[in-house]
Amino acid sequence: MTDALAAASGADSARAPTADKPELLSWDSRARRVVVLYLPLAVFVFVLLFPFYWMAVTAFKPNAELYDYKTYNPFWIHSPTLDHVRKLLFETAYPRWLLTTMTVAVCATFLSLFASVLAAYAVQRLRFRGSTYVGLAIYLAYLVPPSILFIPLATMVHQLGLFDSPLALILTYPTFLVPFCTWLLIGYFKSIPYELEECALIDGATRLQILRRITLPLAVPGLISAGIFSFTLSWNEFIYALAFIQSSENKTVPVSILTELVSGDVYQWGALMAGSLLGSLPVAIFYSFFVDYYVSSLTGAVKE
Amino acid sequence: MSVTAAPSWSHTRPQPGWLARLFDWKPFLIVVCLLPAVGLLTVFLTYPLGLGVWLAFTDTKIGRSGRWVGLENFAYLMEDPTFWSAVFYSVFYTAVATVGKFALGLWLALLLNNHLPFKSLIRAIILMPWIVPTVLSAIAFWWIYDPQFSIISYVFVDVLGLRERYFDFLGSTWPARFSLIAANIWRGIPFVAICLLAGLQTISPSLYEAALLDGATPWQRFTRITVPLLMPILAIVMTFSIIFTFTDFQLVYAITRGGPVNSTHLMATLAFQRGIAGQELAEGAAIAVSMIPFLVFATLFSYFALARRKWQQGESND
Repeated sequence: MTDALAAASGADSARAPTADKPELLSWDSRARRVVVLYLPLAVFVFVLLFPFYWMAVTAFKPNAELYDYKTYNPFWIHSPTLDHVRKLLFETAYPRWLLTTMTVAVCATFLSLFASVLAAYAVQRLRFRGSTYVGLAIYLAYLVPPSILFIPLATMVHQLGLFDSPLALILTYPTFLVPFCTWLLIGYFKSIPYELEECALIDGATRLQILRRITLPLAVPGLISAGIFSFTLSWNEFIYALAFIQSSENKTVPVSILTELVSGDVYQWGALMAGSLLGSLPVAIFYSFFVDYYVSSLTGAVKE
Repeated sequence: MSVTAAPSWSHTRPQPGWLARLFDWKPFLIVVCLLPAVGLLTVFLTYPLGLGVWLAFTDTKIGRSGRWVGLENFAYLMEDPTFWSAVFYSVFYTAVATVGKFALGLWLALLLNNHLPFKSLIRAIILMPWIVPTVLSAIAFWWIYDPQFSIISYVFVDVLGLRERYFDFLGSTWPARFSLIAANIWRGIPFVAICLLAGLQTISPSLYEAALLDGATPWQRFTRITVPLLMPILAIVMTFSIIFTFTDFQLVYAITRGGPVNSTHLMATLAFQRGIAGQELAEGAAIAVSMIPFLVFATLFSYFALARRKWQQGESND
């Protein structure tokens, strides 16, 4: 049967090495595999990562190298320097921006998690009439993009006297975090056996005790997924922070790099890239610890 | 877990206080549980959505409340070539970027679905463009597209010698438009690829084996097995992608700010420019409201895809 399959596929030049690897189907010759699989994959990885490499290279190059491609090979750093990073940390308000961004992201994440856990529990476990419609409405809320909300929200923020305050961001970020987290947590709660809660009910636990002692401990992976995802989304948020914050010291990192570091006609590319690199680092580190949670929350939210 | 107010467990069960009983009364509990989420979403999502539609029919400016002017804003926009250019570019940007993202993303997902060494590492690396703040990677693209020091130009002109002059990526209309689309595709591939990979992994390998025994070609296996089984998840991911590409703001704002001569404005950036930077809130709101029909269309698409999925798999929703 193996021979018949190989003949059908027509690739027979380097079939021998695959014979001892059971997981490779026999039409997969090695040479073919390199051309069809590894080469495109390498190109994909190269293209997807190159901007980061370029960012890092630019951030640590002295200005002399940065603008002289004739004498120095632009792909490599000849004499690395921390000048741009030093300038960024000590001559701009960068640490302050990092702190603001961190505060806003953490507060918005906790606020959203709190609201989402309760809402997801109510929709999935308390089961009232119309609970599926509430779930659907929350899902639809996720489809409302910030781009059509920022103008009316700006007027609201002005009226509430929150303009230029990080509180405005903490209160508005949940508009896109809560729908996502709720949707994710509904899926997680669904996977917890209802029998556990029934047992607890028979034992006389109250609903809130059940939520705190049984459902939440079992949903910890879901909570982590939702939490890190919310943190990343709030860290990356741009349009609200651009529209609601004016004073330099209250700006978040993405906004401040674009509005404070880009000044005049001559762009300080070294400092800009150092700022982008440092601004990406927290989420990148965070991400490297929780890759699997990111993947599961990303795919989980879509699959639900 | 914290051990705070709730009555502790003991042999003789203590009679719970009226507060505990109130919180165990289901209707009350439902209201309390839904209150934070529904409250937040009503105040900061539903109300602004309505307010935005209302603003579009007034002449509000920043710091001055407006009065009803009917369709004046829309009538003005109808006459405005910049608005039509933004509508055209939004649709064009979404169409081209979506096709690019899904073609490349599906290809990448199919590659990743093979048996690979370091698979989880590769998957982790591939998600990077999606994790990093868009504005920051957009700034990197801005630098890559620099007219004088673009690394792409350097490779083409000085290393490969394929061209005489450096590329002018952002200086004129169409190159700038396609440069932005390329950056958007770059950012969107990981999301599409990882989601579709999750879909691919649910397809049972036995289907492929059966098709193989029946003599199906690779192309037939792809079109008759992979695509139909991937369709439900593809439809959902595509809806999300279309909505968030159409309303994209960050990439364009960071790289070109709508230039050169307003040719790369998307509707969202034009709304920002008119509404916030130009202080004409009502006009900005009118532009933002004009996006809603497109979004409703995409949402309906999502809804019917979901319904179809349920019907296909024959399972109840919960």
